[in-house]
Amino acid sequence: MARYIGQRVIYMIITLFLIATISFVLMKLLPGSPLANADKLTEAQQEVIFEKYGLNDPIPVQYVNYLGGLIQGDLGISFKYDNRGVSDILADRIGPSAQLGIQALIIGTVLGILLGLVSAIYHNGISDYLSTIVAVLGTSIPSFVFAGLLQYFVAVKWGILPVATWNGFEYSILPTIALAIFPMATCARFMRTEMIEVLNEDYITTARAKGLAGTAIIFKHGIRNALIPLVTILGPLAVGLLTGTLVIEQIFSVPGIGEQFVTSVTSNDFPIIMGTTMFFAVVFIVMILIIDILYGLIDPRIRLSGKD
Amino acid sequence: MENRKKELDKNLFRPADRTEEQSDVMARKSTTLLQDAVRSLRKNVFFMISLVLLLIIVLMSIFAPVASDYTYKEQDLNRSLMGPRIPVLENISFLGLDGTQTKTFNGNNVQAAEMKAKMQFDNQEDFITFETVNEGDGSRNSAEVKATYDKYAAKGVEDEYFYFGTDRLGRDVWTRVWDGTRVSLLIAVAAALIDLVIGVAYGGIAAYYGGRVDNYMMRFLEVIIGIPNLVVVILMILILDPGIWAIIIALTITGWTSMARIVRGEVLKLKGHEFVLAARTLGAPNRKIIARHLVPNVMGLIIVNTMFSIPSAIFFEAFLSFIGLGLPSPAASLGTLINDGFKTLLTTPTLLVFPAVIISVLMIVFNILGDGLRDAFDPKMRK
Repeated sequence: MARYIGQRVIYMIITLFLIATISFVLMKLLPGSPLANADKLTEAQQEVIFEKYGLNDPIPVQYVNYLGGLIQGDLGISFKYDNRGVSDILADRIGPSAQLGIQALIIGTVLGILLGLVSAIYHNGISDYLSTIVAVLGTSIPSFVFAGLLQYFVAVKWGILPVATWNGFEYSILPTIALAIFPMATCARFMRTEMIEVLNEDYITTARAKGLAGTAIIFKHGIRNALIPLVTILGPLAVGLLTGTLVIEQIFSVPGIGEQFVTSVTSNDFPIIMGTTMFFAVVFIVMILIIDILYGLIDPRIRLSGKD
Repeated sequence: MENRKKELDKNLFRPADRTEEQSDVMARKSTTLLQDAVRSLRKNVFFMISLVLLLIIVLMSIFAPVASDYTYKEQDLNRSLMGPRIPVLENISFLGLDGTQTKTFNGNNVQAAEMKAKMQFDNQEDFITFETVNEGDGSRNSAEVKATYDKYAAKGVEDEYFYFGTDRLGRDVWTRVWDGTRVSLLIAVAAALIDLVIGVAYGGIAAYYGGRVDNYMMRFLEVIIGIPNLVVVILMILILDPGIWAIIIALTITGWTSMARIVRGEVLKLKGHEFVLAARTLGAPNRKIIARHLVPNVMGLIIVNTMFSIPSAIFFEAFLSFIGLGLPSPAASLGTLINDGFKTLLTTPTLLVFPAVIISVLMIVFNILGDGLRDAFDPKMRK
């Protein structure tokens, strides 16, 4: 197990290093500088600004400084917001994003598992068809379309919930639903296939032959075994949620990281774009690592295959 | 039953020819995997419906912009935000496709509500018809008036038909939607095909040569896979000039990895099979083994994987437009149209509805086609 984790961590570090290097090179290649109106500034003033952003050092020194900063969690200084570090800005905005992401992940997976179970238990029944249709629609229709529907009907037409912005829990309901639909549908599909497979296993027949009640079979033998492989799709789901927050925060004007990112893209604030990208990369990679390790712990076959 | 038994003459029967040589001759030609797949796909109702829908959308996206009287970038502020109006269908009132705009206004009394309606509808009193829903009792916003505004008549363009209406800049949405659909499909299909070529070549080479080549190629692949897709796409879009090609390149830079992995795994598995060994023993050259035994067996997987990568490319393109990294104006894609639609969601939701419906239908259709193909080409997966 230790060897498996070690191997994964080394890959993670190589990947992060690669991403950091690419971002640095791109930063140097891209147009845009901290000077908003260069021609109005004197030589000395420009010098001061360049000094502040560390742009006077030779490129290799800048590169080392950049990597050193990254290790300490310093993502650089924004061009637009004077003197504000990118890490600071992100720290300010992580709250709403994390709340949306976690709420959506919990609601999505729980509902998805239930839906998938209903499908599998009443295999080929009406509820199976209905939840299969829900699952196909949920995985196909993009989250921003759902967001538009929710915003127009629930918020504007019926006025049940606030349209946008962020002032408390009720403001998070619509974005959470819009985000949760995709993980829900994916979990439902996955759970359905797994559960049908498990219910056809020999040990289920044994349990039945033993005279166990139907509910006991489903809860004790069925669900527990079907849930294990679900861990594998949690990684891609969480990554999908992060991508989703970029769009959903924009639609519902939630002051999260995603919204900041989109604003920075339109205003060419490269340190924020790169810093956020770096932050996303770290979150993605660490998340996948944790899930891989978790899965290795649960299922011994995975960690054995990692050894060869 | 009794009658039928009597009718059959004994002379009609003769003993079956059961000699040694003929005992293992097949009565019918065996069906190939492809024939089998086509047969099971034909029986799949959802698959066939999806295929027809996809065909319609593709044909519309090619011919509708050509046949249209307007172009996707032709602006005319005089005719901005017109309602959808379609010939023939305009006579069926509940469809709302007669080009008029209807909205309810509240005010303290009927006059105040009507005033609000006039302000919203360009002060064109002559072309607004009012219908009082609620007289009101003088208290705040108690009166309710339903106003219908015929903008086509007000602007004097009664002989023009904007099937899906016009956007804020007076561009014809019908033309823009189909043009955008074509651009989105083009991006998705191009990205999927490039993924296919790179992925199959990479995976095939790694698996076929095996050993050290395979080892190095896979280590490299693992690092690439570790880089989050979103991160690479954003970085690529930033350095390339915005446009269709920038999006295609950004999508393919990480997109090919899953195809390479799948092809490698499958080829590795096939290489160990007895029929390859048999072919080799019989002296078949490498190129023949690849062409006759490996490629046809991997084909199904490749087709299925490509089918699934198209909808994800469509989604990613829309996503990029949404976060401001999409096609520059005035070019239209489903993503940019939806993004524009959100800006006028509260006043004219139709601008969002049309592209959103098309992107949703496209995604559903591609997913169903992919599912159907997977079931048809991979008998093991059939449930």
